[in-house]
Amino acid sequence: MNDLIECAIDAATGSGAAYADVRIVEHQAESLTVKNGSLAAASSERSAGFAVRVLVDGAWGFASSQDLDRDASQRVARHAVAIARASRLAGGPAVALDDTPPAAGHWSTPYVEDPFAVSLEEKLRILFEADAAMARARGITLREATMEAARERKLFGSSEGARLEQDLVSCGAGIVATAVNDQETQERSYPKSLGGQVVGGGFEAIRDMDLSGHGQRIAEEAVALLDAPQCPSGEMTVILEASQVAIQVHESCGHPTELDRALGMEASFAGTSFLTVDRLDRFRYGSDIVNIDADATAPGGLGTFGWDDEGVSAQNVPLVSGGQFVGYLTSRETAPVINRRSMGSSRAASWRNLPLIRMTNVSLRPGEAGSLDDLIADTDEGILLGTNRSWSIDERRLNFQFGTQVGWLIRKGKLAGMVRNPTYTGITPRFWGSCDAICGPGAWTQWGEPYCGKGEPMQTASVGHGAAPARFRNVQVGVGQW
Amino acid sequence: MVGRDVAAAALARLEPGYEGEASIIQRHAALTRFAGSRIHQNVAEEDATLRVRIRHNGRTGVAVTNRLSPAGLEEVVARAALIAAHAAAEADPPPLAEPPGESVDSDLGWIEATAAADPGARAAGARTVIDAGVACGLTASGAFSTEAQQRSVVNTGGLVASHRVTQAKLVTVMHGPAGETGYAQSISTDLSKIDAEAVGEEAAEWTARAADPTDLAPGEYPVVLGEYAVAEILEYLAFMAFSGLAIEEGRACVELGQPAFGSNVTIWDDGQDPAGVPTAIDFEGVTKQRVDLISQGLARQTAHDGATAHRAGVPRTGHGLPAPNTFGPLCWNLFMAAGDTPRSSLTQGVERGLLVTRFHYVNIVHPKKGILTGMTRDGTFLIENGAVAGPVRNLRFTQSIPDAFSRISAIAAESRLVGADYTGIVSRVPAVRIDGWNFTGATANEANV
Repeated sequence: MNDLIECAIDAATGSGAAYADVRIVEHQAESLTVKNGSLAAASSERSAGFAVRVLVDGAWGFASSQDLDRDASQRVARHAVAIARASRLAGGPAVALDDTPPAAGHWSTPYVEDPFAVSLEEKLRILFEADAAMARARGITLREATMEAARERKLFGSSEGARLEQDLVSCGAGIVATAVNDQETQERSYPKSLGGQVVGGGFEAIRDMDLSGHGQRIAEEAVALLDAPQCPSGEMTVILEASQVAIQVHESCGHPTELDRALGMEASFAGTSFLTVDRLDRFRYGSDIVNIDADATAPGGLGTFGWDDEGVSAQNVPLVSGGQFVGYLTSRETAPVINRRSMGSSRAASWRNLPLIRMTNVSLRPGEAGSLDDLIADTDEGILLGTNRSWSIDERRLNFQFGTQVGWLIRKGKLAGMVRNPTYTGITPRFWGSCDAICGPGAWTQWGEPYCGKGEPMQTASVGHGAAPARFRNVQVGVGQW
Repeated sequence: MVGRDVAAAALARLEPGYEGEASIIQRHAALTRFAGSRIHQNVAEEDATLRVRIRHNGRTGVAVTNRLSPAGLEEVVARAALIAAHAAAEADPPPLAEPPGESVDSDLGWIEATAAADPGARAAGARTVIDAGVACGLTASGAFSTEAQQRSVVNTGGLVASHRVTQAKLVTVMHGPAGETGYAQSISTDLSKIDAEAVGEEAAEWTARAADPTDLAPGEYPVVLGEYAVAEILEYLAFMAFSGLAIEEGRACVELGQPAFGSNVTIWDDGQDPAGVPTAIDFEGVTKQRVDLISQGLARQTAHDGATAHRAGVPRTGHGLPAPNTFGPLCWNLFMAAGDTPRSSLTQGVERGLLVTRFHYVNIVHPKKGILTGMTRDGTFLIENGAVAGPVRNLRFTQSIPDAFSRISAIAAESRLVGADYTGIVSRVPAVRIDGWNFTGATANEANV
């Protein structure tokens, strides 16, 4: 494989590329779904290929192929150069990369139990037990238990001399119970919705989830939601459970701090950002207790690695510090615009794709509000919102609206009844400015979001978000006509 | 490499007594992306992915590879068989798709010039759009893509089917000096039908009209939805209303045989219609059937894959996704019937309402009630006394689509082909006027945040 890297780099530079990098990826994935007591899906995927990225006269070209041989490496490299020459036809300033020094080395995801070494029977046992637990709830309509694992071997080389090898492992699982009647469909998920909880690590994480131990509870909650009162409308105090804080961070901090968005490079698709470059270091994003960082070194994170796909080493950098906007997610092309060196967040979803600025593990640092129970006890009146159900935010990342699977009214420091179809909406900096409590390290979880879409052609990336439950004041809840 | 031969070669490796299906997607795709009036990303990819589904004694396994050498085929079949050997048996698994009588070998929608498009052609299109913006003092962003794809499916029941198709798509968002934006898109199987100059002019015109937006209080307003906005709503109806699995599980926002929308609404799916971007077969090799989803407001038919059709006891309609599929069938060739109102007259009769060109980040709030939320984007305009009065800041909606589509008071006589951003669904739709649309919020004036 290393020969192929050298061959492609030689072909690219020999054809006129001033810079070239080559990435070879072998990807392996497995997924299982048990639905309503039957194995609904069992699949194993393998894919391998390579990509060549070049700069010619300050313009980018990129080509990829599944054909892992010397002839293909030269052909694809020359194709990338031809594409770069076409890029010059539109004009514009030349691309200049930052001065990140080329690195060499090997990095592997730490884990205890290789998810691919666990037998299929054992994985199915866990899923069928979880399914049976959900089935114990009277009135449940649909049950689904899922499990996935992925392994990626990645080789990277550049014409600057970088030579890197990485072995990345991730796995995850989740359960969802759905109750349906004539008017309603209600879901409850565990540990979270949107594909369950996925970690950068081994099968020990799935064993720790205790899916069957939560199956009956979530199924009973889904059934109870059918007859729960509709979430009230109005301005109120909101506590978000940790996984909902994670998706709130994802949409309202992670994406707007992507420097390519702020520079307009995603304008035609995912949109831009209200966190414009002139606001760096001089914009109040949230309250004093809001601290958000991008940590590609976080244990267990889906956005944890040794180097990004430009060969920049994993780092932990602040994005919001004491409520002030202080940093961006950057790449080697974009970082010089703000007079910085890349902090290493340029990643491709597969060997087919061009690296883009992607979140690493963008996390809200824990606060001092203790446990979730402590925070509820400290809240006179409000609503606790748990487990994401829907999400939407404008193209500048200002106006957002989220729905959650369940709401619990809070009265005098105690939960006072379940409500269904809760939604809340706000404007990003006002919302984070209203954050007056964040639970402590004991309530903090490193969540994985495996389905983050961005770019054209669209790439689906795995990213991480550490979060603890947090409280927000004067939030508009119960949106729309029900 | 002939895809159906590779798929057949994989199935030839099955043990006696096994049944199976092999599908292969061969794809050459390229995309030239521009922003800030320069090409900043320019990519090409080639791949062929083989998917093998094996069943033995009611146990099913699926394995996928892009290693298509003899050794790769041996390996993927062995991997699928291993999964099947350990899988739990299904009591009543759906049968493999039956062969249609003779093999299907369709090139409906295949245009050689699109398949052969080079980076120079895409760059020239990008340059044309950029120039259209520059001429108006605007900055252009967008993407020009070309793709050639062949889908081939073979199964042990004798089915042999393949379809190859091409697609070219050009989109742009233009930005004005104060941040105002406008959008345009063109999509076709035929690269020569992509008029980059027209795309640039359309986006530039909307951008110019969107300058200096004012605030508008949220509330219920009559709306005129442009084709891009209508197409996005249909995209979500594909999930919420038109899926046989959603119907089967009681999650759908329509009920078969019951009125779903107003009697002036007719929607169907037709993968064989060259007025769209055809998909002649699905991922199970089934020839796509026209499905009359909504006929004069009535929920008449639904899309099926092998599994939902088997459980419902009805024929497949050719809407299966790649195995193993727990998502259910999907319509991705949607058509909405045009009306008789000239597009330019849709705003007439609206005393005070809104013209929405495009939505952004739409999502399902409540599937059974058909409630969506999302933002407007790239041009939202106040209508007063039947005419466009001026731009307003982007608004958020939270709206039941069955309610809204029961209040469509005019449908444009013209329709337009629109490609979805995220799902690949392509719809041919008209613009519509709806007598009430619930706007529940507005974005902020950035100077005040």
